[in-house]
Amino acid sequence: MIRFDAVTKRYPDGTVAVDELDLEAPSGRITVLVGPSGCGKTTSLRMINRMIDPTSGTIWLDGRATADVPPATLRRGIGYVIQHAGLFPHRTVLDNVTTVPGLLGHDRRTARTRAMELLERVGLEPRMASRYPAQLSGGQQQRVGVARALAADPPVMLMDEPFSAVDPVVREQLQNEFLRLQQDLHKTIVFVTHDIDEAIKLGDQVAVLAVGGHLAQLAAPAELLSRPASTFVAGFVGRDRGYRALGFTTGEVALQDEPTVRVGADVGDARRVARDEWVLVVDEGGAPQGWWLLSGDPGGRADHTVEAARLNLGGTLATAGGSLRSVLDAALSSPSGRGVVVDDDGRLLGTVTAAAVIDRIEALARDGRSGDTAAAGRP
Amino acid sequence: MIDYWSSNQAEIWRLLWSHAWLSVVPVIIGLVIALPLGWVAARHRWAYPPLVGIAGLLYTIPSLALFVALPGILHTRILDVTNVVVALTVYAVALLVRVVSDGLTSVSADTLQAATAMGYRPAGRFFAVELPLAVPVIAAGVRVATVSNVSLVAVATFVGTAQLGTLFTEGLSRTVNQLPPILTGILLSLVLALVLDLLIQLATRLATPWRRAEVRR
Ligand SMILES: Nc1ncnc2c1ncn2[C@@H]1O[C@H](COP(=O)(O)OP(=O)(O)OP(=O)(O)O)[C@@H](O)[C@H]1O
Ligand SMILES: [Mg+2]
Repeated sequence: MIRFDAVTKRYPDGTVAVDELDLEAPSGRITVLVGPSGCGKTTSLRMINRMIDPTSGTIWLDGRATADVPPATLRRGIGYVIQHAGLFPHRTVLDNVTTVPGLLGHDRRTARTRAMELLERVGLEPRMASRYPAQLSGGQQQRVGVARALAADPPVMLMDEPFSAVDPVVREQLQNEFLRLQQDLHKTIVFVTHDIDEAIKLGDQVAVLAVGGHLAQLAAPAELLSRPASTFVAGFVGRDRGYRALGFTTGEVALQDEPTVRVGADVGDARRVARDEWVLVVDEGGAPQGWWLLSGDPGGRADHTVEAARLNLGGTLATAGGSLRSVLDAALSSPSGRGVVVDDDGRLLGTVTAAAVIDRIEALARDGRSGDTAAAGRP
Repeated sequence: MIDYWSSNQAEIWRLLWSHAWLSVVPVIIGLVIALPLGWVAARHRWAYPPLVGIAGLLYTIPSLALFVALPGILHTRILDVTNVVVALTVYAVALLVRVVSDGLTSVSADTLQAATAMGYRPAGRFFAVELPLAVPVIAAGVRVATVSNVSLVAVATFVGTAQLGTLFTEGLSRTVNQLPPILTGILLSLVLALVLDLLIQLATRLATPWRRAEVRR
C-alpha cells in the first residue's frame, strides 16, 4: 500500500505543485491520478520513488517512510514506465529488459530467460529481443517499457501517461493487455493520465486532481460518474457521463424470443417466421451472423436463399450479464431495433428493445434514489 | 626518392613511429582529463561558460610559445619530450571539454530519467548510459583532435623532438637533393592522419552498433 500523508511539493520558484495531499493506493489495485495539465500528477508520482522529494509530509510504502530508504534501493523495487518508454537506445530490447535484474546482481541467465517470457507476455515476438529500440514502432517500444518495469517483479509500478503517445487503436490494445496482465500480477499500480476515459477504464479507484495539486475527489469510476463531488469534477468527467455510467451498471433485462433462420435457408422460410421486415440469421451453432432484410432486393433480383454476403452486420452484440450500456448499444445499433443478446459462448439468447432497456434503467434509478438518502443534496 | 628511402629506412620508421605516438598519446590523456571537466560543464549550467570559455582560450595560444614556455612552468629541460606531450595535451583538452559536454547534453532527458528511475546511482548511470550514448559526438571530436595533432606535432622540431617534421628541416639543410626528405615527411604525415582517422572511425562503429540500427530504419 502507498499512502500520501499531507504531502506538499513547492518548487524553488514558488509553484505549489501538490498541496497537502492525502491519498491511499491500496495493494494489488490500480489507482489512477487524473486531472488537467499542470495539476501535479507527475510530481505526485515521482515523489513516490523519490525522483522528487516532498517539501513536507510523508509518503509511506508498505509501512515504511520512503524518505528512510536510500533512493537507488527504493527505485529498484518500483517499476517505472513513462510516455515515450525512455528505452536505452544503445541496448537491445533484451538488455533493456534485464536492466534492473542486472543492477540487483541477479543471475544473468535466469534474468534473460525471464525477460524472454515477459516479452512474450506483453505481446512481442522473440525475434524482437535482439533489436534496438530504434527498430521498433512506438507501440512496441511501450510494450518493452512495460516488460522492463516488470523484469525484477517489483510489487509496485508507477506509470506516467504510458499509452498517450500511441494512436487510439494501439492505445486500446495496450490498455486491454495491461488489464489482462494486471489480473495475473496484482501489482500495486499508480497510473497517471489526463484522459478521463482511460482513467475510468483502467482504475479500480480514480483520484481527480485540480490545478494547484488539490485532491478534488477519490472514488471508484462508477461513483465518479454518478456522483461527482463538485462542479469541477463534473465538468472534468464530461457531458455524456450519464451514458458512460451505464457501463458500470448491470441488470437483467427481460429478453424476448427471436425467430431465426440458418445461413443458406430458403427465403420462403425466412418470410414465414419473420416478425417484420428483418429476420435474424444464425449459424449451425446458434451464433448470430447478421440481419436479413426481406424487402431488401435492390436489383429486383429475387433471392432464393439467405446468403451470408447480403446480411446486415450493423448491430453490436451484448453479452448477458454485461453492462446496461452494452445492452442499450446493441438495441440502438441494430437495424431491426432489437438488440441481440448472447451467452458467454456467443450463442443467441434473445433480443431486447431500447425501450425495455430504458425502462430497466429507470426502475434501477428509482430504487437507487429511494434506498440512498445519503447522497441527497449532492449536485 | 627510392634511393633515399632504402638508405634511410630505419630512420624514417623511427620518425614515423615517434610522430604517431606524439599524435595519439596527448589525445588519450586529453580525453581522460576532459571527461570529468565536460561532465561538470554538462551537469551544472553555471559551469559551462567558464569551463568551455577557458578551454577555448587555451586553444588560441600559439603552439611554439607553449613549447617554449612549458619548461619554465614544469621545470623540465628545454629539449624534454614531456613539454611536447603536455602542450599537445592542453590543445586536446581545450577541444574536448566542449565536445564531451555537448555529447553528454545530447542524451535525451527521457532516457536519463528512466535510468534514474530504474535505480542507477549517478556514477553507474554515467558509465552505463550517458557515456555510451555520447560516444558518437565525442568520437567526432577525437577525430578532429587527433588529425590536427598530426600537423601540430611537426612544430616540435623547433624544440628538438624528432618526428616526421625533422625530415623537413633535414631537407632544407641539404644543398642537393632537398626534395626526397621533404616529400617523404609530407606524404607520411598525410598517410598517418588518414590511417588514424580511419582507425577511430572503425572503433566508433564497433562501439556503437545501435547507430547502424537507427540508420537502417
Ligand atoms: N522543476 C520544476 N520547477 C518549477 N515548477 C515545476 C517543476 N516541475 C513542475 N513544475 C510545475 O508544477 C506543476 C505541476 O507539474 P506536473 O509536471 O506535476 O504536472 P502534470 O499534472 O504532470 O501535468 P501534465 O499533464 O502536463 O504532465 C506545474 O505547474 C508545473 O509547471
Ligand atoms: Mg505529467
